[in-house]
Amino acid sequence: MAQFTLNINGTSREVDVDPTTPLLWVLRDHLNLVGTKYGCGIAQCGACTVHVGDVATRSCMLPVSSVGNQNVTTIEGLSETGDHPVQQAWLEADVPQCGYCQAGQIMTATALLKQNPNPSDAEIEMAMNGNICRCGTYVRIKEAIKNAASQS
Amino acid sequence: MTRIKTTLGRRAFIKNTSLAGGGLVLGFSWLNACKPEQAKTMAVLEMPEEWFEINAYLKIGDNGLATIFSPNPEFGQNVITSMPMIVAEELGIAWEKVLVEQAPFHVENYGRQFTGGSQGIRRAWEGLRMAGASARHMLRQAAANAWAVSMDEITTQGGMLHHAGSGKSAHYGEMAAAAAQLEVPEEIELKTPADFNIIGHSKKNVRGHDIVTGKPIFGVDYTREGMLIAMPVFPPAFGMTFKSMDAEAVKAMPGIRDVFTIETLEPDYQRSMFDTTTFEQPIIIVGETTWAVMQAKKALHAQWEPFEARTHTVAGWGGAQEVTIPAGLENTRTHREQMEAMDAKPGKVARKDGDPETAFKNAAKVVERTYSCPFLAHNCMEPMNFFAHVTEEKAELAGPLQAPEFIENTLAARLGMPKENIDIHMTRMGGGFGRRAYSTHAVEAALVSRKMNAPVRLMYSREDDMGFGIYRPSYFARFKAALDADNNLVGYTVKAGGIPESPLFANRFPAGAVDHYLAEEWDIPSNITIGAFRAPRSNFMAGAEQSFLDEVAETAGKDPIAFRLELLEKAKTQPVGETNDYDPERYAGVLELVREKSGWDTLQNKGNRGVSAYFCHNSYAAHVLELSMENGKPRVEKVTCALDCGIVINPDAAVNMAEGAIVDGVGNTMFGEMTFTDGRPDKRNFDTYRMIRMTEAPRDIQVHFVQNEIAPTGLGEPPFPPIFGAFANALYKATGQRQYHQPFVTERPLKT
Repeated sequence: MAQFTLNINGTSREVDVDPTTPLLWVLRDHLNLVGTKYGCGIAQCGACTVHVGDVATRSCMLPVSSVGNQNVTTIEGLSETGDHPVQQAWLEADVPQCGYCQAGQIMTATALLKQNPNPSDAEIEMAMNGNICRCGTYVRIKEAIKNAASQS
Repeated sequence: MTRIKTTLGRRAFIKNTSLAGGGLVLGFSWLNACKPEQAKTMAVLEMPEEWFEINAYLKIGDNGLATIFSPNPEFGQNVITSMPMIVAEELGIAWEKVLVEQAPFHVENYGRQFTGGSQGIRRAWEGLRMAGASARHMLRQAAANAWAVSMDEITTQGGMLHHAGSGKSAHYGEMAAAAAQLEVPEEIELKTPADFNIIGHSKKNVRGHDIVTGKPIFGVDYTREGMLIAMPVFPPAFGMTFKSMDAEAVKAMPGIRDVFTIETLEPDYQRSMFDTTTFEQPIIIVGETTWAVMQAKKALHAQWEPFEARTHTVAGWGGAQEVTIPAGLENTRTHREQMEAMDAKPGKVARKDGDPETAFKNAAKVVERTYSCPFLAHNCMEPMNFFAHVTEEKAELAGPLQAPEFIENTLAARLGMPKENIDIHMTRMGGGFGRRAYSTHAVEAALVSRKMNAPVRLMYSREDDMGFGIYRPSYFARFKAALDADNNLVGYTVKAGGIPESPLFANRFPAGAVDHYLAEEWDIPSNITIGAFRAPRSNFMAGAEQSFLDEVAETAGKDPIAFRLELLEKAKTQPVGETNDYDPERYAGVLELVREKSGWDTLQNKGNRGVSAYFCHNSYAAHVLELSMENGKPRVEKVTCALDCGIVINPDAAVNMAEGAIVDGVGNTMFGEMTFTDGRPDKRNFDTYRMIRMTEAPRDIQVHFVQNEIAPTGLGEPPFPPIFGAFANALYKATGQRQYHQPFVTERPLKT
């Protein structure tokens, strides 16, 4: 066990955990931030995506010991009330089916738009290719990202 | 307006029955946590001071808000929006005044609370309408009593009661207390579809806000003070069982509480179809955190051994029967040989019309092809999990499941506890696809909680989930068609089988449209467990049959849509046999609609396109799929889809579900496959099990519904099976090669 001070959603959080614990399980089991989801544990599905700094990162393979003092943003910290333009675009396009992967999808999309405010269809597809949606909402995800891009 | 008797689900309308269950739901810490957010989306409306329960489906607040309980579990099909829409329609309230909650599991109130078989809306339709209409009736009666006028003179609109003669008005909340005291009417009036103003008008997903803000709405998000985490360790292969383990080293690991085995089902228990036989003696590791348990799983040394063949009694629709689970470590390669050997022999005849032998002997042309598909894993994004807190007196369970009723008896039998003492809470599911009709993991969770004397969340890792079986079976089918000199289809045979079940539907199209017809089937027992997977059996037969008919049409020199319509015309005007299970007019209807909407006849560039149509789960679906080849790989450019599922409740959500079914179908056509080596599933995670991703998804999907006033039929499954055929037929146009054995996109590049 070791003490870590993490910057999560603009707040400093202390945890005492096994240093090999992936950030995902620190968020879920220790900080009760369960919007970030477990899907595969090997960075293949994107359900666990958070931002480390501005970069979309798979939290399931990121040991808590390597987070350091970087700012971590989870779906809960993306906006106060769900009014981030990407969240709003998701609601407008009524994207989700089961919804389990959508926090990860939104975090990847948000990081993409920050880096590239006007992505082409091909750029959207490439950026989102690491996020699996088993329900198959890809057409709507793309539409929502394009709408969010045109809003900003 | 239709008058009907309020017989169906009448118990639901007996007052004061629902809150006992409703109170349990509100006991969920996370549901309480959701309430302020939900209230926030209500914009200007304040939460009421008091709620008045009208029946099990709804309560009305003193300020005119209504809470509607959605009876069925939610796995993405969005019944949590569409079911309350039906109630709200007949209640005559504005949608903006409606709050929605998941109903508790209470079969006496709600009937079958099962999400699957595309039956949710279809089976609940009448009961949901009655719930709304009887409440509206009681509110009108209450107003009539208060104003001393005839009830017939009271109209409603948007949650308001009006009496034109006196000019009096009130909102529902003002009459709710009085209405709640009234007798449930014997007879009620239902709206005619022309008067619908909620049904047929798209409403956003009522859980959209919770989903996009990461609220704890899934089973795996549920937590409880003092809750332990448990994970199973299963044998590495089908055909193996527990032998021994060295638990002591693992028990000493930090954060680990205990390591033991459980017997999920007792050997003499008479199983239902939904009690799986997969890995009945798992090792369980219990600890304080998920990561600690995951580490212990890796560190555990366990020995496994092959099991002997064993026999279970299984209760089925045809009565109880003995089912033997064979011993052995199975291989995909040997499966293939076994299926080919069975295919070479005559099968069990399921239907025969006319004289197929003579028809084939006299045929001018014969087309004969075989098709196959592999096992598929469901791969719900939320792996199997369940919360349980079992004490001596009661068992509290919470988690994602499609059918609480299917596991209730098993839990009661295994825990030795009356069903009344077992509460099962339905959480939102991170996908289902049939997988969550089987909830053995709920039994595992309950047994672990009882042993640990603590609340427990039992969780499967992705590897556990993917390796646990309950797969879509592997199937094989041989089709033969006889054409006469005028290219009429005069003979048709289908012989189909699988491991471990046959996929045959003997009475489906083109049965009924061909004078000489033969359907045979066979099966091969296996210890690899299987289960319902989105449109069971149809999900293979549709693609195989619709690819075959495409080839037959080509051989006959006919347009593939015209060829199908010609057969459907024959099924309509001169049907063969009396057990055909489809309506040829509705079948033709979706083909005609997809022909028009896709520009099949008018498009200048006809491109690489394929058509397919199928009937299953009481609904009709047709697709035209267009694809291009990019670097030797197919990319679906556009799918035009026509559906006839009767009245569509929530059109945009229905389109979303059809889009999902199409993407799911394209993905499984291209990549979906589970294989086995010596009983071991060769794929255990998404690095090897190929799922469709955004760069492979169709670029455009257009969904169209046949407009009619038929009571709603199924929608979750029907658009899925025919996509396999549309893809295969378009791929042939693009490559000049027919594909017969799924998946179509493998390491081998496709020839063009």
